[in-house]
Amino acid sequence: MQDFAEAFRLAARLVLSGDPTLMEIIALSLRVSLSALAIAVLVGLPAGAFLAIARFAGRNALLVVLNALMGLPPVVLGLLVYLALSRAGPLGALGLLYTPTAMIIAQSLLITPIIAALSRQVIEDLDREYGEQFRSLCLSPYRRIAVLVREGRLALTTVALAGFGRAIAEVGAVIIVGGNIAHVTRVMTTAIALETAKGELALALALGLVLMTIALLVNGAVMAIRLGTGDERHA
Amino acid sequence: MPEAAPSLPLSADRAGAPLLPARIGGLVFETAGMRLLGPLDLDLGPGTVTVLMGPNGAGKSLLLRLLHGLVPPTSGTILWGGAPPTEPVRRRQAMVFQSPVLLRRSVAGNIAFALSLRPGSRVAHARRLDALLDMADLTPLAHMPARRLSGGEQQRLALARALALDPEVLLLDEPTASLDPAATLAIERIVRQAHDRGTKIVFVTHDIGQAGRLADEVVFLHRGRITEHTPADAFFDRPASREARDYLAGRIVL
Repeated sequence: MQDFAEAFRLAARLVLSGDPTLMEIIALSLRVSLSALAIAVLVGLPAGAFLAIARFAGRNALLVVLNALMGLPPVVLGLLVYLALSRAGPLGALGLLYTPTAMIIAQSLLITPIIAALSRQVIEDLDREYGEQFRSLCLSPYRRIAVLVREGRLALTTVALAGFGRAIAEVGAVIIVGGNIAHVTRVMTTAIALETAKGELALALALGLVLMTIALLVNGAVMAIRLGTGDERHA
Repeated sequence: MPEAAPSLPLSADRAGAPLLPARIGGLVFETAGMRLLGPLDLDLGPGTVTVLMGPNGAGKSLLLRLLHGLVPPTSGTILWGGAPPTEPVRRRQAMVFQSPVLLRRSVAGNIAFALSLRPGSRVAHARRLDALLDMADLTPLAHMPARRLSGGEQQRLALARALALDPEVLLLDEPTASLDPAATLAIERIVRQAHDRGTKIVFVTHDIGQAGRLADEVVFLHRGRITEHTPADAFFDRPASREARDYLAGRIVL
């Protein structure tokens, strides 16, 4: 119990003093996960919007696969990306394994299905609500999607944050493709895993506190957006 | 001309052959083996307020959707000035639904969105926006989120948005079904102004008083068939069909 309290004190000191190692790890975590989020939104949102509007053979099967991919274990995805990027793999020549780029690729692949599947749901629900009105107005498909995305902007922001939350919190994929190399590919979750294994609870706890704080800030931001627009009923 | 007309300039020249008269022939709509409408024939002339009346389930709303091309008929034809209600025809019509579907934007934003679907300069659209807000008595609420409005205000906005499209034909599906008398009268006033400017009105209602206030002619529907199509005076004085007589007398029509 003494150790535990001591670890908390140390953790607080690390955070408050702006320990350079800690800051470096946090910065890399944010860089990797925010990049992955940007890519996932750029790919997943249009894909979700398309799936919400389009009707084609095999659509239902595709939706089942997409929804299943939301639950893909990060370690499995990490393994697949590892195989693709390792020297003998199809993309081995790029030399990306154990780089932040590899981690961004893995996290993008991990959360793109989440963004796509959840946006599809949001946009399809809205389309059902607006469908007749939009057909009455003779909107082009492009305009229709643009309006639906704008109408669903709050719910879609929540979708993006869900994706970010998944990326910043996962450890399985980044530890396999990043390798948890100090100063190069060490992020918060892999550092926590390592420091805990080493018995260095202070740094692990400090990082844990930061992760929790980020989660709180993200959810606070969502709430602020909703309250700010006075549209909390529809997000 | 009514006084409101000059303040609401038309957004564009009306192109193409006139939509009216509309000719509906042998129209049938079936779903899952059930015949919900028809067969029915109906001619709609220009310049009048046509009220579609009848009990719930008679097929009034369905007929309106068919006229607007939102659902395809099982058989039969609907011709607006010789053309079926595909997009080119639908663009010259506008429809107001029973429960307004407003965008999550300001009141002005909702009208501006409809205006953006029609040609016209920014200045012309801005002028029309002001005129439409004024006509619907929504100017003080212009910057309110549309979904915060009361039911009556929302429906006035839906009507203003429909009129922003500068339709030749305005189709209304029980727009006042859930409104109180004052809100209902406000809607009727705007509809009448649109009619005075030359817009053909097709108005669905099951409210006898409302039909009496608005109708030039009444189409009475019962179980998917038209039992009569007569000028309003004749309809209310001496309805020809037994169903309409019962309905007007306040007897339950099944």
